[in-house]
Amino acid sequence: MSDAAPTVLLIEDDPQIRRFLRATLPAHGYRLVEAETGEGGLVQAATRTPEVVLLDLGLPDVDGLEVTRRIREWSAVPIVVLSARGLERDKVAALDAGADDYLTKPFGVEELLARLRVALRHASRVDGGQSGPVFATDALEVDLSARRVRMAGQEVHLTPTEFKLLAVLVKHAGKVVTQRQLLIEVWGPGAAGNAHYLRVQMHGLRHKLEETPARPRYLITEPGVGYRLREEG
Amino acid sequence: MENDRRPDPEALLARIRADERLSSRGRLKIFFGAAAGVGKTFAMLQAAHERLAESVDVVVGHVDTHGRPETEALLTGLPELPPRKAVYRGSTLSEFDLDAALARKPALMLVDELAHTNAPDSRHARRHQDVEELLQAGIDVYTTLNVQHIESLNDLVAQITGVTVRETVPDSVLETADDVALVDLPPDELLARLREGKVYIPEQAERAMANFFRKGNLIALREMALRCTADRVDAQMQVYRKAEGSERTWPITEKILVCVSPSPSAIRVVRAGRRLARRLRAEWTVLFVEQPRHVGLPEADRDYAPQALRLAEQLGAEAITISGHDAIEEILSFARGRNFSKIVVGKPARYWWLRELFTGSFVEKLARQSGDIDVFMVHGDAKEDAAARPAVPPQGRAFDWTGYAWAAGTVAACSLIAGVMARHFELSNLIMVYLLGVVIAATRWGRGPSLLSAILGVAAFDFFFVPPYLTFAVADYQYVVTFLVMAAVAVTISTLTARFKEQAEVARQRERRTGALYSLSRALASTRSIEEMIAAVRRRVEEVFEGESAVYLAGSGGRLELRPAEGPAFALDPKEAAVAQWVHEHSEAAGCGTSTLAGADGLYLPLVGSRGPVGVLAVRLEPGRRALGTDPMHLLETFANQAALALERALLAREAHRSRLAAEEENLRNALLAAVSHDLRTPLASISGAASSLAFSEDRLPPAARRELVLTIHEEAERMTRLANNLLDMGRLQARGVVLRREWQPLEEVFGAALHQLDLHLKDREVVLRLPADLPLVPIDDVLIERVLVNLLENASRYTPAGSPIELAASAGAGEVVVEVLDRGPGLQAGEESRIFEKFFRGETTHSRRGIGLGLAVARSIVEVHGGRIWAENREGGGAAFRFTLPLKGEPPDSSGEPPEPEGRS
Repeated sequence: MSDAAPTVLLIEDDPQIRRFLRATLPAHGYRLVEAETGEGGLVQAATRTPEVVLLDLGLPDVDGLEVTRRIREWSAVPIVVLSARGLERDKVAALDAGADDYLTKPFGVEELLARLRVALRHASRVDGGQSGPVFATDALEVDLSARRVRMAGQEVHLTPTEFKLLAVLVKHAGKVVTQRQLLIEVWGPGAAGNAHYLRVQMHGLRHKLEETPARPRYLITEPGVGYRLREEG
Repeated sequence: MENDRRPDPEALLARIRADERLSSRGRLKIFFGAAAGVGKTFAMLQAAHERLAESVDVVVGHVDTHGRPETEALLTGLPELPPRKAVYRGSTLSEFDLDAALARKPALMLVDELAHTNAPDSRHARRHQDVEELLQAGIDVYTTLNVQHIESLNDLVAQITGVTVRETVPDSVLETADDVALVDLPPDELLARLREGKVYIPEQAERAMANFFRKGNLIALREMALRCTADRVDAQMQVYRKAEGSERTWPITEKILVCVSPSPSAIRVVRAGRRLARRLRAEWTVLFVEQPRHVGLPEADRDYAPQALRLAEQLGAEAITISGHDAIEEILSFARGRNFSKIVVGKPARYWWLRELFTGSFVEKLARQSGDIDVFMVHGDAKEDAAARPAVPPQGRAFDWTGYAWAAGTVAACSLIAGVMARHFELSNLIMVYLLGVVIAATRWGRGPSLLSAILGVAAFDFFFVPPYLTFAVADYQYVVTFLVMAAVAVTISTLTARFKEQAEVARQRERRTGALYSLSRALASTRSIEEMIAAVRRRVEEVFEGESAVYLAGSGGRLELRPAEGPAFALDPKEAAVAQWVHEHSEAAGCGTSTLAGADGLYLPLVGSRGPVGVLAVRLEPGRRALGTDPMHLLETFANQAALALERALLAREAHRSRLAAEEENLRNALLAAVSHDLRTPLASISGAASSLAFSEDRLPPAARRELVLTIHEEAERMTRLANNLLDMGRLQARGVVLRREWQPLEEVFGAALHQLDLHLKDREVVLRLPADLPLVPIDDVLIERVLVNLLENASRYTPAGSPIELAASAGAGEVVVEVLDRGPGLQAGEESRIFEKFFRGETTHSRRGIGLGLAVARSIVEVHGGRIWAENREGGGAAFRFTLPLKGEPPDSSGEPPEPEGRS
């Protein structure tokens, strides 16, 4: 396992957070590479070819958003952005610019590890080509190729739009998907501004898939950002 | 012993105040002499040369050498201020230039002849006012003054020399002067100088020696000057002794009451009272008893009493006006009430023998009733009466003929009626008709016309109805008695009726004055804002005085500001505003109709409250009216006083309100700081304690203890996170930095997000959800409303026993959606329902729990930003209910149909 230990590049200016991750991540089987500045991080990203990048959005030299864009010019490495609460717009901007997920500071280790796992799994899927056609948890089962959805063994009938929406979420399972991303992927680039399409469809989907739609197990809303399909019910 | 010698603190304070005033104020030195030619100007110039030699910045403001060569020689070498040329009645006058002097601002300025009267276009009527302004500007002044110009000695001088001096200087000028240098010359030497032509040119000298400069006069004047200076020195000695506490001071035992009436001698009486008061070192008060009969007097006569009162105030007396019917009774009760030991009254100039035969004279009665109070009598001189008349001659009332014509007409009408009646009635009845005519004339046209009708009535009765008819001859002597009685009755009726009418007129005038004042004070009492007050004052002033008015208020830095900013045109004129500014700085009335800056368009009265000047009231009378009479002026002054007090009150109230707000803000800030520092330090203490024991004694800790410490750190950190979040939210909401990103959302999603966030927090609770399926979309900022729900749910879980259920519900109402968070905890205490949403409020029942009360305040702010309401109340069956509304404003997006089908297929 130690040989295959995935490399995590941490671009973060706060020494205490670096210290905390330096102590934590190796214990959970990751190799940590650190960078204090955006420029330094870009160099490290090019030279050390990390498996995941943890990027702070509030860097002193280069805007985190800019770092995301520049990495995306040449690499598909998963990027998880770190930012404070209340800066939802920054998060959405980073996600739309190509970041894969986000974590709100302060965060717990569990949460961080979960994000890293999801990011690594999606990266390996991208590497390995097509993502698996079947998504399954304890109760929810989605077969994308057969266009079939089962809830606790019972088949659920979805409208084509609902199915398409669910398919996008399944494709990104565990990761947050921004409203804009969902609108573009489901309705096309022209629909990016029509957030209420999404809400209506999501409402319908929840009522079909969730036992208590107001306390969802799978279709989680991230206010101000987007939606996430939770894998571990 | 020590105690006895300690200086009186009041007196010390007064001296310190005087010293303070002096330090910023210029010093005044008066070169004081008995008569012209004693060498005052000469002495002044010599002193100026000495100061110049000490390199003091000396400037000659104005010196009249009268062509004396010795004096002129002394002028050389002293810098001089060019005089101002004033043109008056075709001749050019050379006047002291006050503005140039103030602009030049030397350390010391020489201004000759303090008693001089300025040319009409000058700022002040009198030179001593100019000097006062120089002193206020911090300029030292040397000036000269002759004894005959001193106000309180004025009539004494006139008595001795037979020459009335019109140019007087208030005694206070001499008294408050910092130095008085007596320039003395024996009368023989002065006369010799006069003869040698050293004082006046020869022909002037001749005339002067024949009149004013008689040796006897000069001796008397010299004595007055010496005594005056001695009095001053004595007063200084007293001040010194008081300050040093070296000796017991003279107790003030005497109190003098000076009574004036509306007569020309009033001024004299005041001056005499002043002299007596000074000699006796007594307190003195000048009293005027206003009687109903005074209202009937011509305006010029009515002016005497207020003039005397003003003079009294200038001379340092307390001036008081009371009203009453019986002057003697009022004077004596006032004197007894305030322990006056002496009363000074004027001696009546004429005796009404008839009246005195029955009632005794005023003075006699006063003396008889005064008991142990001494009564002094001061004579009034008819010749001086004329001199003492006001400088501005009162406008003579045009003789009104119409009343007399009407009276004659009435008699004619009576004759006609009597003529018709004569055939059927007795003569005595005809007399009644004429008497009726007299009554009508008296009530309608006053005393003169009614007397005329009485005479004409008797004549007509004789002419037409007493045989022989159509002649004034009388056949029967009985009729003479008839005529006499008829005349007596007619005169009595006319006198009584006319007096009644006069009294009614007095009452009416007073009524009007009181009415105007009452309505002003009522208007002022009912208004709160300064703008309304000013509007009320302006409205009343314009109603009563018929003109335009404006109010300036003191702004920052002592500058006046016109309120409201767009006042009448005259007040906006910078020249007029400068007059207002002057009035404000000096707290003295000025402008047209006064003796200061009389060339201004408006009349300006200072608004002086109990704590100092508040502003200025400006009035411009209708075109053509340049001055107000005495009564209206008094009324206007009373208006100004009322307005000043009211405005001061309002200004103070505003000030107090501001400082209260500031204090509240300060309190809040302190509360925040205290709460934040407490709530930050407590978790920090546990974190750093737990962390340090982990860091330094990990080996010795059993695993369970280690885990406990780690969990402590984790929980405390979360607590701090919550606090930081709430503080940041509050800060952002208060700074109005929040831009609502409203979108039409299903509440279900926000509920879900909030519950998801609190998953750990609520894991051992039953959460009941009630969301109707047909709940409409709501226009909200989901991020913020999620905060509201999180805070309310957290609050519910924190303040209720573990395991008790929490309900979260929403329902649609009229134009709004109501969201509820319900618990089964202890509920709210009475009075907590609204305070609970205040910042830093923490429920009483839970003082041991943690967290400053910011969560609910944040919730309230967010709900209010959304245009909703939030409130808390107790539930039936126990527990608290927190409810908030979200209005359904605007057009929801078109969600009727299915959203368009996606384009392609994946």
